[in-house]
Amino acid sequence: MNRLPYDGVVLVAPVSVPYVRYTNETAHWWIARALREALKIIDMMPQELDGLSVSCFTLAPDTPVGLTQHLGISPRWLDTVPMGGASGVAAMRRAARAVQCGDVDVVACVAGDTNRIDSFRNLLSAFSRFSMDATFPYGFGGPNASFALLQDAYTHTYGATREDFGKIAVSQRANALHNPQAIMKKPLSLEQYMDGRMISDPISLFDCVMPCAGSEAFIMMREDMAVAKGLPFARISATIERTNAFPDDPIQLRGGWAVDIDELWNMAGYGPKDIDVLQTYDDYPVICMMQFEDLGFCSKGEGPEFVRKHDLTIGGDFPHNTSGGQLSVGQAGAAGGYLGLVEAIRQVTGTAGPTQVIGAKRAAVSGFGVINYDRGLCSAAAVIEGGNR
Amino acid sequence: MSDLIANVTDALMSGQARIVDLTHTLDPDFPVIILPPEFGQCARFRMEEVSAYDHRGPAWKWHKLTMNEHTGTHFDAPSHWVSGKDVPNGDVDEIDPSVFVGPVVVIDCSQGAAQDDDYELTPEVILAWEAEHGMIPADNWVLMRTDWSKRSGAEYLNMAEDGPHSPGPTPDAVRLLLERDIRGFGTETVGTDAGQGSHYVPPYPAHYLLHGAGKFGLQCLRSLDALPPTGALLIAPPLKIKGGTGSPLRVLALVTS
Amino acid sequence: MTTPLVPPSKKDPQKRTQVPVLPPMTRSRAALGLGVMALQGRFGLQVCADCQALQYPPRDACVKCMSPDLSWQDVDPSGTVMAETTIRVSPEPYFRERMPWRMGAVHLHAGPSLNCHLHGEVGRGDKVRMALKLDRAGQGVLIALPLKGSDVMQDDPVLRAMSSDPKHRRILISDARSPMALALTQALLRAGAAHVFLGEPETWLSWPERAEFEGLDNVSILPLDVTDVSSVAKLAAEIGGKVDILINTASYARPGGILDTDTTFAGNSFEVNALGLMRLAQGFGPAMAGRVQDGINSAVAFVNILSVRALSSDANYGAFGASQAAARSISQSLRAEFCSSGLRMMNVYIGPVEGDAWFQPLPPPKVTPNAVARSVVGGLVDGLEEVTCGDIARDVYARWQTDPLLLEREMTGGGS
Repeated sequence: MNRLPYDGVVLVAPVSVPYVRYTNETAHWWIARALREALKIIDMMPQELDGLSVSCFTLAPDTPVGLTQHLGISPRWLDTVPMGGASGVAAMRRAARAVQCGDVDVVACVAGDTNRIDSFRNLLSAFSRFSMDATFPYGFGGPNASFALLQDAYTHTYGATREDFGKIAVSQRANALHNPQAIMKKPLSLEQYMDGRMISDPISLFDCVMPCAGSEAFIMMREDMAVAKGLPFARISATIERTNAFPDDPIQLRGGWAVDIDELWNMAGYGPKDIDVLQTYDDYPVICMMQFEDLGFCSKGEGPEFVRKHDLTIGGDFPHNTSGGQLSVGQAGAAGGYLGLVEAIRQVTGTAGPTQVIGAKRAAVSGFGVINYDRGLCSAAAVIEGGNR
Repeated sequence: MSDLIANVTDALMSGQARIVDLTHTLDPDFPVIILPPEFGQCARFRMEEVSAYDHRGPAWKWHKLTMNEHTGTHFDAPSHWVSGKDVPNGDVDEIDPSVFVGPVVVIDCSQGAAQDDDYELTPEVILAWEAEHGMIPADNWVLMRTDWSKRSGAEYLNMAEDGPHSPGPTPDAVRLLLERDIRGFGTETVGTDAGQGSHYVPPYPAHYLLHGAGKFGLQCLRSLDALPPTGALLIAPPLKIKGGTGSPLRVLALVTS
Repeated sequence: MTTPLVPPSKKDPQKRTQVPVLPPMTRSRAALGLGVMALQGRFGLQVCADCQALQYPPRDACVKCMSPDLSWQDVDPSGTVMAETTIRVSPEPYFRERMPWRMGAVHLHAGPSLNCHLHGEVGRGDKVRMALKLDRAGQGVLIALPLKGSDVMQDDPVLRAMSSDPKHRRILISDARSPMALALTQALLRAGAAHVFLGEPETWLSWPERAEFEGLDNVSILPLDVTDVSSVAKLAAEIGGKVDILINTASYARPGGILDTDTTFAGNSFEVNALGLMRLAQGFGPAMAGRVQDGINSAVAFVNILSVRALSSDANYGAFGASQAAARSISQSLRAEFCSSGLRMMNVYIGPVEGDAWFQPLPPPKVTPNAVARSVVGGLVDGLEEVTCGDIARDVYARWQTDPLLLEREMTGGGS
């Protein structure tokens, strides 16, 4: 059965609240900041907001239900998306259908987290049951160790080199130097990358994101409302998501995109070659490489060669993670799952400012999340287009 | 009569008479008699704190003791042995307290015991002692000095594969003491009988014959070398235990300085 | 690849003894099953009763057919290391103190993928033998071991941290007069123990077997009577700071049921078997618990040798069995109390011992002192918590695990 297109609904008001390394403010505070800014852009009072989608790891003991009372809003449609790095695309595709069908007029999608001293350790400890039972007792390396195993296997299966992963990190740092909100403000050379100390071999210092606090938001509304309010907007061409793909693969060398990728491009009506800018989920460069393959930009195993052949910077032939990505902007918990989508909305609406890829019309965004045990379980991808001609 | 008491008191106060302690310290490491293991055993002395100026009792210290009636320096009542089970007033609580204080003679067997672990107190030894010191008067305590109390550790029980080896009286010696109508018999060893006393007829003659005759026993005594052969006063009151067959006790002797 | 351990040098008296820090302890209820396998030295995983699918990580419903009927079964431990990493940064204090820490992903040939510790002699691509071990938090964890390890593979620091290996350690055997004390002493010395202290109760009572200990190097006989709190306190004050493993061999047995056994004999059974264990634990336990992270010769285990009658009473040894059950219960409490320090409590269940006069009329099979010694040393090396030694103990323990009520009926004569 053919899926219905996302006609009549659009993405507006991309918001990124500047990240900080550590904060005493709560997740409630960070979420409120992003929401307030987004509502200001669309000129709406909080009490008028009738839809809310929240992704957050550090709201406990509250849930988004408690958050509504805390923030004084009374939505008729409330969603919570716990899909980690896939949360942005997943929240968007749910909100899009709800608005499209008239269940709700406006959905504010927001993700954010706080980061206190030692809260990363506490977050990891309670991250998932399988992690608690079967990963953390083995050195408590957190995601670094989990991705180190994946990278070790990927490297030895497909012949990637550290330089290949380094090129991804170095290119994103070059992009980040254009983004005043990025946590990382110093240039990074390939030599510096190669000299980075090992964190969990073969993952080295510049393969890792900096855990920090921050928030991201965007708003989903009907196209006619966006036009009436005079807002720049983006349309959704296609989306996919998949959870717990390929459970019988002994170790993860591919993500769930590989299951659904044909459907993504069929629904979009165009292909990878037509994409002007790509935002992948980048908690480690090896995952970006895996997405290049699984999203169809190259074949399986050709990721290393693809990276060698392309310029991944804003001005390059394959602009990738133009804001600098999590590797250079920082990882603000669940906001990391929004970062690429929010930047993609800016890019295709021509509002990205210093990181703008000239003439960007179409963007692909993908998310990846939740290392429940030995692999990322959530994958999602979307293709969006600028709506204002 | 009060003058007599006063004389004794004066003698003690002036140092003309003194007290000799014939008692071993109650100590978990002090040996007890060992019987074949399928029999019930003599409980070792054990002491556990009830409190020691702490949360169990902030201002006081006290202990719980566990032991047998026959642990450490102790008193044997007639009811201790089967031969004495029907002796009237044979339990410690029934014994006329006047017998707990009385005259004592000491037969020095220390030289013989030094040469022979199984040294026997025989009628001949007793008669030789009497030749020197006169006949043992009736109703006296008789103590057998062996200096065995100076032994310690495994030397004290002196166990071998055929059982313990320590000095003690022969059946005939016990019979002779009964002829003298003594009050009781005491030793420095773990029992009133010899270590190999089970091989006599009757076995354990001191226990069997003395208690059958309503006499008393004292064992695990010490410092008998500080007593004169005659002329000392023995003070040996056991605890007043209902139905008790014996009791650990403090044994003192009053001697002329 | 494993660096052989060398005997530790004397402690620097100016340095603080390290406080024990434990690896992560929290687990789901299902994952506690890993520890149940590990404490017995078994390798096994959950298996679905309906579709036989092997599960990992431990689950509450089958990953293939959603059946809730999952049971723990022994599984072929062979696997291949698919990937490895050397963790150099960890926010968890236990691992921070032991960086770098190697872990890997193993494809178990029987099915699932296992994140696990790596023995120093294995790496990516190697065929390995998986084992479940108790870590210092007392939780069951997976380690990939070489198929054929070197002679010193036990010295691997990761593996040693999961074992109670007597090598280079100082051991106190509580009762030298136990029929198994000599065999234990010899086995421990062969296993590389630095010193064996033996407690001698009632030093005023001679015993000919003493001579057999007197010529041995690195063996000391010291006064210790588990029924005497002052004796325990005295020896603890003397050597308590250098007892790394305590093996309680003190036992008091008398035949007879409850109706015909003197309460004095029964009392003695409890004084030695139950309260004796408690006195030893009170005397030596706290200092041992404080020394679990004290280098190569850190305190590591408290061993209690129990009669398997602790599990189910035998009316021919009623009071003895009762005291053994009490001792087992005390062991369990101690295990919980020692948990926060990482000191391991190992119970070794035995049947009647050859040469023990109190079990002389019983028919074979009996367990020999050498067999007990092998089981104790083996259990220590493997880091176990529950060990059975001899046919009788193994049989009773297995039946008790299957159905304690049925075992009771069999023991009381209902079985044919």
